[in-house]
Amino acid sequence: MRLVDLLDETRFSIFANKARSALTILGIVVGIAAVIVMVAIGQGTQQSITSSIQAAGSDLLQIMPGFGASSGAVRGARGGGSSLTMDDLAAIKKDVPNVKDAVGERQGRYQVVAGGNNTNTSVIGTQQGYPAIKNVNVAEGSFFTTQDDDSMARVCVLGATVRDDLFGENATGIVGQRVRVNGMEFRVIGVAAAKGGSGFGNADDQIYIPLSTAQRLLSGSTSLSSIDVQVDSAGNMSAVQQAVTQLLLDRHNISDATQADFMVLSQQDILSAVTTATGTLTVLLASIAGISLLVGGIGIMNMMLTAVTERTREIGLRKAIGARESDISSQFLAESVTLTFLGGVVGVLLGFAISWAIKHFASFNTAVSLGSVLLAFSVSAGIGIIFGYYPARRAAAMSPIEALRYQ
Amino acid sequence: MIEVRDVTKVYQGGAGAETAALKGVSLRIEDGEYVAIMGPSGSGKSTLMHILGCLDTPTAGSYLLDGVDVSTMSSDELADIRNARIGFVFQAFNLLPRATVFRNVMLPLVYSGISNGQREELAIQALEAADLHEDLWDHLSNELSGGQMQRVAIARALINDPTLVLADEPTGNLDTKTGEVILDTFARLNEGGRTIVLITHEPDVAKHAKRIVHIQDGEVLSDERRSEAGWSA
Repeated sequence: MRLVDLLDETRFSIFANKARSALTILGIVVGIAAVIVMVAIGQGTQQSITSSIQAAGSDLLQIMPGFGASSGAVRGARGGGSSLTMDDLAAIKKDVPNVKDAVGERQGRYQVVAGGNNTNTSVIGTQQGYPAIKNVNVAEGSFFTTQDDDSMARVCVLGATVRDDLFGENATGIVGQRVRVNGMEFRVIGVAAAKGGSGFGNADDQIYIPLSTAQRLLSGSTSLSSIDVQVDSAGNMSAVQQAVTQLLLDRHNISDATQADFMVLSQQDILSAVTTATGTLTVLLASIAGISLLVGGIGIMNMMLTAVTERTREIGLRKAIGARESDISSQFLAESVTLTFLGGVVGVLLGFAISWAIKHFASFNTAVSLGSVLLAFSVSAGIGIIFGYYPARRAAAMSPIEALRYQ
Repeated sequence: MIEVRDVTKVYQGGAGAETAALKGVSLRIEDGEYVAIMGPSGSGKSTLMHILGCLDTPTAGSYLLDGVDVSTMSSDELADIRNARIGFVFQAFNLLPRATVFRNVMLPLVYSGISNGQREELAIQALEAADLHEDLWDHLSNELSGGQMQRVAIARALINDPTLVLADEPTGNLDTKTGEVILDTFARLNEGGRTIVLITHEPDVAKHAKRIVHIQDGEVLSDERRSEAGWSA
């Protein structure tokens, strides 16, 4: 049997049973579309988290203190220690090569009040260089200067979410207004542009005040809750990370690096942790969708088995007029592969459409990857072969005499 | 020329019981003969037809088709023999529904690998030989009457220019008048030199053939050649 004849017979059989072929394809369509959409959601989530981390600056090292004060065997919170000092910051700036800039942070959560509104938000005491390092843009007004820091000025820059909470959605004319932080009055000198992102760790749900103001007036401690180091180029990241670690170990008189009372994290470290987590999420979503694909495959087998029984006399006739066993089995196999392949094509298109709709109407980032499309195609063709094989063998093994006699 | 020599066929029943459907049948059919094989049901005539049609192989004995022993061939070799040398006409027509007359007639060519260009030409010759009106050639097979369907089946049997046309109760699903017309078609094909073997249990049908072989209990009961004048209706 020639290939063109095989394809022609396949086309004929599929079109002779349009309704049933379409319903069978539907199972595969749903399965493939589900896989594409689920993987797109997983990868879209990964992309948006990754890009929000990168928005904070990919050339950034963050140094955090180690565990808080210990009393006996009881450890304090990780990052809660007071081991990082202003002198550490100064030393990093002075002694570590390839450091473009470094700023200290003193962070705490306080109640912030303006007029009749209040919110509990993260108050970050920091320095003039912060906006450049953390990619913060000031949309209205200006960021505070080193003079403000030196003079312990009671000025603040509001994050976009805090602005919304205190003065109303996208309110303007905020500069010059007064807010009370932990009962102390501060003058608003700027509002940061929204960075996007939501929920835990929202970079817009923050207010910025000068570092010395935060240390002296709010927390009463001169230690730093973190140091942000900007490296001059991405290629020097690991060198600077090592140099900073060594410098701080020396300064803190620690000889065993595993006993360090601080941590040096690069954006890369955070990124790879997040990537691992969202990768797991993607696999989970894809396996759930894969189950529906499997059910679709069983549907194909069911339809092909029914077709073999229903077309027993046709099989008998084809054998009587000279079809070999391989002709019969390849015909049924070609039909199931064609059905699943068509289902794959429609499923991929549907998956694209749904992913697009989710992105545009539910504003939830999705990313259809070439990999998932190729996977979907090969899986659907594979399903056609695997679930079509048994019915095809059954058809081919029929005795022509029995098949012709079948009622 | 086809020849079966001392052919037996034994079926294995349940619990090891054996049933002999054919008990040593010998038969020789020359090219251009028109033979009716008659017998009641259970006589073994269907089994003989299956062996003559290369759908089954004998338990013992030999079957020579155009001088080639086909009794020990594999199922794929038999499929090729059926495709090239046997044309089947069945009681129930066995056409593909929802397929045109042309597609049905050309179906055997799908398995012989003849080029598309030649197929239509061969189909036209076969349809003309089977006497089906040209207006019906593009119709779907399920739009046709029983007599027309059987003509399509005859055309399909003729398309590979077979050594032997094997008709199994070809008038069984037709009314008497249509059946006569179909039998006339076989007679005309035989006059043109075609070898035809007709399997039937009806004496009225069998009398159209030039030679009648009676089968009973798996053996040839009688084998009579009728005079030339006898068969013409």
